[in-house]
Amino acid sequence: MKSLILSTCTRMLMPLILILSVFVFWRGHNEPGGGFIGGLLAATAFALVEKAEGLEAAKRALRFRPQSIAAFGLGCALVSGVWGGLQYGYFLKGVWPFITIDAEGNKHGLPFGSIFLFDLGVYFVVLGTVCGILFALEDVVSREADVEED
Amino acid sequence: MGALAEGISVTTTQAGAGPWRLIPAAAAAAATLWFAGFVGPVSHGEIPEYVLPWVPMLGIDFAFRLDGLSLAFALLICGIGALVFLYAATYFRSDRRLGSLLLTLIAFAISMLGLTVADDAVTLFVFWEGTTVTSWLLVGFDHEREKSRAAALQALLVTGMGGLALLAGLLIMGGMAGTYRLSEMNAMGEMFRASGLYPLIFVLVMLGCFTKSAQWPFQFWLPGAMAAPTPVSAYLHSATMVKAGVYLMARLTPALGGTDLWIWTLVPVGAFTMILASVWAMRQTDLKLMLAFTTIMGLSVITMLLGVSTPEAAVAAMTFLLVHAFYKAGLFLSVGMIEKGAGSRQYPEVAGLAAAMPLTTTVIALAALSMAGAPPFFGFIGKEVIYEAAGHAPVLPLFVAGTALVANALMIGCAGMVAIRPFFFRPRRSPRDMPADPGWGLWLGPAILAALGLFCGLFPGTVDHALVAPMVHAVTGAESPAHLALWHGIGAPLILSLVTFALGGCLYLLLDPIRDRLAAAEPSLPRTEAWYDAALVGVAAIAGALTGALQNGRMTSYLRWTFLTLGALIWLALFVGHGTWPAFTLSREIMDWAIFVIIVVSIVMVLRTHSRLTAITALGGVGSGIAIIFVLYGAIDVAMTQLFVEILVVIFLAIAMVRLPPTGAMPFKVGNALVAAVLGLGVFVVQLSVLGTDLDLFMTVFFEQSSVPSALGHNIVNVILVDFRGFDTMGEISVVVIAGVASIAALRAGRRTLR
Repeated sequence: MKSLILSTCTRMLMPLILILSVFVFWRGHNEPGGGFIGGLLAATAFALVEKAEGLEAAKRALRFRPQSIAAFGLGCALVSGVWGGLQYGYFLKGVWPFITIDAEGNKHGLPFGSIFLFDLGVYFVVLGTVCGILFALEDVVSREADVEED
Repeated sequence: MGALAEGISVTTTQAGAGPWRLIPAAAAAAATLWFAGFVGPVSHGEIPEYVLPWVPMLGIDFAFRLDGLSLAFALLICGIGALVFLYAATYFRSDRRLGSLLLTLIAFAISMLGLTVADDAVTLFVFWEGTTVTSWLLVGFDHEREKSRAAALQALLVTGMGGLALLAGLLIMGGMAGTYRLSEMNAMGEMFRASGLYPLIFVLVMLGCFTKSAQWPFQFWLPGAMAAPTPVSAYLHSATMVKAGVYLMARLTPALGGTDLWIWTLVPVGAFTMILASVWAMRQTDLKLMLAFTTIMGLSVITMLLGVSTPEAAVAAMTFLLVHAFYKAGLFLSVGMIEKGAGSRQYPEVAGLAAAMPLTTTVIALAALSMAGAPPFFGFIGKEVIYEAAGHAPVLPLFVAGTALVANALMIGCAGMVAIRPFFFRPRRSPRDMPADPGWGLWLGPAILAALGLFCGLFPGTVDHALVAPMVHAVTGAESPAHLALWHGIGAPLILSLVTFALGGCLYLLLDPIRDRLAAAEPSLPRTEAWYDAALVGVAAIAGALTGALQNGRMTSYLRWTFLTLGALIWLALFVGHGTWPAFTLSREIMDWAIFVIIVVSIVMVLRTHSRLTAITALGGVGSGIAIIFVLYGAIDVAMTQLFVEILVVIFLAIAMVRLPPTGAMPFKVGNALVAAVLGLGVFVVQLSVLGTDLDLFMTVFFEQSSVPSALGHNIVNVILVDFRGFDTMGEISVVVIAGVASIAALRAGRRTLR
């Protein structure tokens, strides 16, 4: 039961939502947003694909297994913690290698560092877990529907 | 070196038992030699220490200290370990589980070594638990057998409970002393003994020691643990693990020992366990099981002697500890030789093996003579010093000497059972047609141990100077009062020894009738194991009843209990706490009223509708209204999260709803309405009383000021999540992943059962 309107809209909306989610994630450290919200937003994009085009299409769009994405996110967070530990001797201490602070207290340089990596980990954990449960639920429901039809 | 051996064991298990199987034995032998290098310095009073900071803020370190007691144990663990590893490598040569067995044995040996050389109470406890867990794995090595699993679980539960009590005791001691160093605690003995908390500390620590060293009423797990393979029993249940309990008693004697409570607990419990175990040893037909009971007897002799609390008793306890380690490990391994060579370890099934298995006969004879306490073996000296100590006992000298005499006589009967019955005076009989001595890997270990029993008996001065005197010094804090010698002159100990031999000889001759009487009486006697079984059944019944009541599989029931509990807690807090009613003014903002209307209308729709879809959508309306409130009052991050969660929840419910049965009529239920009212009103009142409380902005100010300088971020919410409280978030995302994996697994399992 595909809806033409929904699937056409999805084709346009899905990249937009994903870009928005990355944007929300990116601005998170200084303005409202962050890894958790970004991850939720990205998950809604894939939920939309799933509803419009079906489970297989959503799995293809995600490319990787959702559990693997969640595990990758956890790994990112762990690496960022160890990074801080190696640099300053405290697990999860923030490291910003490309940022310098001038005399007036203004910062210059690229905002990449261990905290960025940590937030990225949160993003992937949320995305992977939500998609994982969503796909598994849809899988169960659709198979049960098949069983009944047989 | 241990790490190297572990790596190789794991990688080559599949390839078959090559020469790698000897690496653990070689590593342990090297460690023995390394520790042997300390014998000289330690016997001259040096005490090497090594400290690695662990949790300096709590005063906890990986602190190690090698005094006489620790050194003797380290030598026993590594030395007997080397022999047992060699034996195991031969015993399980064609078994593909050899790799995992050796690996677990090494892990156990490291835990045991750490336990005996640790000077920090927390370090000691960590290694203590290490021995508990590894011994659980080793006892349950034949995990395909139900009996092994049950025995392993029993050993784990009993010693694990004791371990928890021990932890509590050690922590109280550490709190009182202001240090976790055992050596410093031992210097504060007066303070501990005078304290009102002393009885509590004593009971907790002794629970740990008694469970580990199988003292009454916890003795039952040790015979059960004989489900372990022979090399494991020889190592864990004779020479090392079960001695951890008596080790700790000896270690803490300067801190806790010598009080009336100490004496009147350790002496009676030790004596009672000693008699009980040696009587039941006579009842066994399985030689390994018999040795298990005599091991309990050995441990309780040491417990009793430590309880006597005189320097002479300390000498006797430490000497007997060494005596017992040599002969008992040797005998355990030798029983394995009988089993491999003749096909059975039940002594009624084997007889007359002396001609066919001369080597086994010799080794067992040497070890058993030490066990029986015959001169010139080390066991003889051990028995003499026990009688000597009994004579000097400040309490009940006759009782101590008498029980020791009876137990020693029973030991002679048991020694005859293992050394005479299978070998002499009867025609040859064995399950295996051609009984023969096993290969060198099996006889070398027991032969060395048996020879050591003879060597120590012939050169008692060397052993005294090198090991016993430093051990006694560690226990009593003073010079050893006596010197070991074979010939003490004619006195009470010698006379008692002669009586022991006479009595023991009679007991051996009466072995069969005694055994049959005991076997007949066994079913009618009370067993402490029954208490354990009853406790286990009780716990399972309570858990089952609770689970059945709370987790009945009905979602409404779960929600009802959760909401009721939450509501009750909230109202309790409201009545107990000091909430204040806020100044209550109606809002004049049009937006506030708009949101209010949206939420109220949505709620009414949820309650009135008969369609699930409508209900879910209307719930989404409630959530969105709340999200708008967050936006209006500046919590943009929270609003965004709320909104996206709301969207996803609707999607999830929409998918799941397809599978739910049609709703039909949903009658109004008064009980549920009451629960909802209790919780809803509670939350409402709490919110109001929060408004009436003065807000302390201390945290807000802190985060506003330090967010940019120390975390380089302007969004305080995000900075708190990923930086200031990053560790919390780390935990949370781990939980998220685990919950996700669990729900996926649960969903898939549900699918399978449906088919």
